[in-house]
Amino acid sequence: MSSARARAQARAGSAFALPAFALIIALLLAPLAALLALSVTDYRLGAVVVRWIGLDHYAALFSEEVFQRSLRNTFLYVAFVLPGAVFGGLGVALLIHARTRSRTFYEIAYFLPVTATLVAMATVWQFMLHPSLGPVSRLLAWLGFGQVDLLNDPSLALGTLALIGLWQVIGFNMVLFLAGLSAIPRDLYEAAALDGARSAVDRFMRVTWPMLGPTTMFVMVTSTITAFKVFDTVVVLTRGGPLGSTETLLYVLYLEGFQYFRTGYAAAMTVVLLAFLVLLSILQAKVIDRKVHYA
Amino acid sequence: MTSQANQTETEAGRLILKGIVKDFGSTRVLDGVDLDIRPGEFMTLVGPSGCGKSTLLRIIAGLEVQSAGSVTIAGRRVDALPPSERDVAMVFQSYALYPHMSVGANIASPLELRRLRLIERLPILRWLSPRRARVMREIMAEVRVVAEQLQLSEYLDRRPAQLSGGQRQRVALGRAMVRRPAAFLMDEPLSNLDAKLRVHMRTELAELHARLGSTFVYVTHDQVEAMTMSDRVALMDKGVIRQLGTPSELYDSPADLTVARFIGSPPINLIDVETDPHGYVRFAGLRLRAPAPGRHVLGIRPEALQLAAPGPESLAARLRRSENLGAEWLLHFEIEPRAPIAIRLTPADYARARPAAGEVLHLRAAVEGSHLFAEDGRRIGAAGNLSGSA
Repeated sequence: MSSARARAQARAGSAFALPAFALIIALLLAPLAALLALSVTDYRLGAVVVRWIGLDHYAALFSEEVFQRSLRNTFLYVAFVLPGAVFGGLGVALLIHARTRSRTFYEIAYFLPVTATLVAMATVWQFMLHPSLGPVSRLLAWLGFGQVDLLNDPSLALGTLALIGLWQVIGFNMVLFLAGLSAIPRDLYEAAALDGARSAVDRFMRVTWPMLGPTTMFVMVTSTITAFKVFDTVVVLTRGGPLGSTETLLYVLYLEGFQYFRTGYAAAMTVVLLAFLVLLSILQAKVIDRKVHYA
Repeated sequence: MTSQANQTETEAGRLILKGIVKDFGSTRVLDGVDLDIRPGEFMTLVGPSGCGKSTLLRIIAGLEVQSAGSVTIAGRRVDALPPSERDVAMVFQSYALYPHMSVGANIASPLELRRLRLIERLPILRWLSPRRARVMREIMAEVRVVAEQLQLSEYLDRRPAQLSGGQRQRVALGRAMVRRPAAFLMDEPLSNLDAKLRVHMRTELAELHARLGSTFVYVTHDQVEAMTMSDRVALMDKGVIRQLGTPSELYDSPADLTVARFIGSPPINLIDVETDPHGYVRFAGLRLRAPAPGRHVLGIRPEALQLAAPGPESLAARLRRSENLGAEWLLHFEIEPRAPIAIRLTPADYARARPAAGEVLHLRAAVEGSHLFAEDGRRIGAAGNLSGSA
């Protein structure tokens, strides 16, 4: 009798879980499955006949120069943005955390780039960086760097985009770090003060930095993902140029899928991109998570 | 270090507070506190929340700066010194252990911060110092000695989160002890523990104090902790010390109503009384001479009331409830006009009477344990000096 009742309960439980489960399948898992399926076909948008081609796309990806270059550019971009995004956000948060009246002003100021759409702001950047009219270029000329065209110099364009990316993400990370800072118990600073921590460096190393561990971990993961998906600045400011020096993964993917309509090929690229992101997240979680959660 | 060595033995653990005033904005939290804490004394600051006791402790520690007055620790004015240079250690209510460090590293922390230079504590750079390894060995040896005393030896590699509340408490004590400070400051250290552990830690703290012989300044809102552990108690209310004395002095001769009400569990019975035409207060067989006619408050400790035979000198009271505490009974009565009265009985006395709830019984009060308070709250005379008991 009790087993019949347990079965009935299990059935009811499954029934309750079903709607959520169905939504997960419909919205998350099914598109992913479709993506995987597309990536092993030669499907092109509007094509009538679809042929199974196995892993040909993947093989092509890793032999094609454009993809490899985009991969290299993307990793370079992430490597450039990530440290700045983490330490820049932390630095700004530390500076304004102790402000009392002016704090709100700084918070809003630093957060503005996050709320402003980058496509709209890109016009401002385009003007700022304009080789003859832009204030930035003029400043560089005044400093003795000569005529510099930041967005059209193959060796500088990616770095310039990275700086704009930083400009956009620092405010967001600052908010996360501010929340982390507010959560640190004041007792710990007081205990440190009695223990003999007198300098700001001591307080930072003994209390602030370790206590911000979980926040830092989260900021690193989200910043990596954001940087990996760099797209809008590329489209608006450089279109992958000059000489493909700013072709990033997502930009190439967009070209293949929506300009050349090689849907299957683009799907394979998406799978690779997803795989990288998942891999990075798992790596960060495994390595860092154990070090930052002390419970 | 040298200034400490120069101190005479008697001054080593002495804390002198003179005229401490503290304002937060327009609120006066401490209003002129003077306190001379003797070397090796267990001094408890007790009082209701908001009375200023924690602020006073934080001023001693240097975590808060007083608006006026001075703090002298071991013969040295410390008003201008940061917390780390005041030679006091503090145990926080939350323990304030570093969650990312092992127990050993937590206890070692004050020594590391004092004996290693900044560069020797920074990651990577610290490996450049040749003396660091030697200093760390010395520090860890001292940490092990302290851990041994606190029965923490087997937990040195664990993180605080892996310990029980009582163990964390001991780690916090260890971090304080390892410095051998002139005084230990404790801010409600037991209030995060469950009732049973609190009783146990009370004993441990008292024994630790006896063993170390150091000055303890202990803040609590729990009068039982104040009564059981202290050499002397400073009862604070509204930013001033209402009474300073041994636990017995506070219990047996409270300076005023605030003190009488705060000390003792169950609390003292308070009855509004009026003098008779001859200037006496009469109640439950008591006949107390009042210095002035008019309204007074009579305080009677629960153990000063006993069951008695009916008569003109005894007080009729209706029993509402009896509580069996094992070693004693608490009987809660109601008297006219609607005042509650609690009395404490031995099991033997209770067994003789076996009163039922709702029953009307008769009570008599003893002079010992009875106090008369003027309308402004001040106590009139000591219990023994009250004249003319019936």
